[in-house]
Amino acid sequence: MTVLQVVALAAVAAGGTLVVLVRDPVRQALVASMFGLALAILFFAFQAPDVAISQIVVATVAVPVMILLALTKLRDDEERER
Amino acid sequence: MRARPRAVLAVLALAGLAALIAWAAGGLTPFGTPSGPANGVVRTLVHERHAANTVNGVTYDLRGLDTLGEELILFVAALGSAVLLRHGRGEQVDERADEEHESASARTADVLRAAGTALVGPLVVLGVYVVVHGHLSPGGGFQGGVILAAGLLLVYAAGQVVALERVEPTALVEVADATGALAYVLVAVGGLVFAAAALENFLPFGTTGNLLSAGTIPVLSVAVGVEVTGAVALILTELLDQTLLRGGE
Repeated sequence: MTVLQVVALAAVAAGGTLVVLVRDPVRQALVASMFGLALAILFFAFQAPDVAISQIVVATVAVPVMILLALTKLRDDEERER
Repeated sequence: MRARPRAVLAVLALAGLAALIAWAAGGLTPFGTPSGPANGVVRTLVHERHAANTVNGVTYDLRGLDTLGEELILFVAALGSAVLLRHGRGEQVDERADEEHESASARTADVLRAAGTALVGPLVVLGVYVVVHGHLSPGGGFQGGVILAAGLLLVYAAGQVVALERVEPTALVEVADATGALAYVLVAVGGLVFAAAALENFLPFGTTGNLLSAGTIPVLSVAVGVEVTGAVALILTELLDQTLLRGGE
């Protein structure tokens, strides 16, 4: 096992734990995005570039944006109700 | 359920899961060993189908039916989100939200606007490259498709939502979504017409490493690329629309 693989595994373990520990949804979306990037590096390190390419875009860009947009909408609705 | 029994249950379940994963991982062939069933798959794809990237050879040839299912799942997911999020007939554009949003786009930092605008072109070129070279190098329809859809997000990040609204990409992405899904199904039926079975690779295989090689693999890759671009862009457009331009009831 190479150094990069060990580092990537450690980053994924730490990242996954952090996503669970962060309680604020907005911050959680950003931490999850960083976690997704760590996973992408892990896939590259274990010679799965095809998975890594889709992982980069889906987990670090598309999913956090969808979460943030949904949160914005929810907060707007809450403000209107007040 | 009280907190303590719940924690005990969670620890027990996770310990069991960890034991099962360790057991399964122990039975794997050592990392990088050139043996096992994967060897036969590589030989079939490289020598018979002339596909340099065996991952996409599996996705679009040997396991093409699974990909058809996955593609239709994405199609239905995009359709579902469009049905849920699209504003109803009575729901008008909230003028106030529109104005707020215009001023918000005016506030976008110049650096972000410049960088975002400058990156859209290269990103689209990269996406198209990844889609059409799926059978040669890592990438393919799904990967390239999400890169292309990220181009739309980049336009949004650069504060050009107003431009997006003027171009009205909804109709275009809907058509792309449906066309890609249909093209995949047509190639699948083509296998029935020109060869023995659905999704059989019926086009000439060409020379390994050429852009036009590996038969139907690059064709299916492009179909999936168009479909994924349309589906992800449709979901994002509907979310952006609902969040930024319609202010509720």
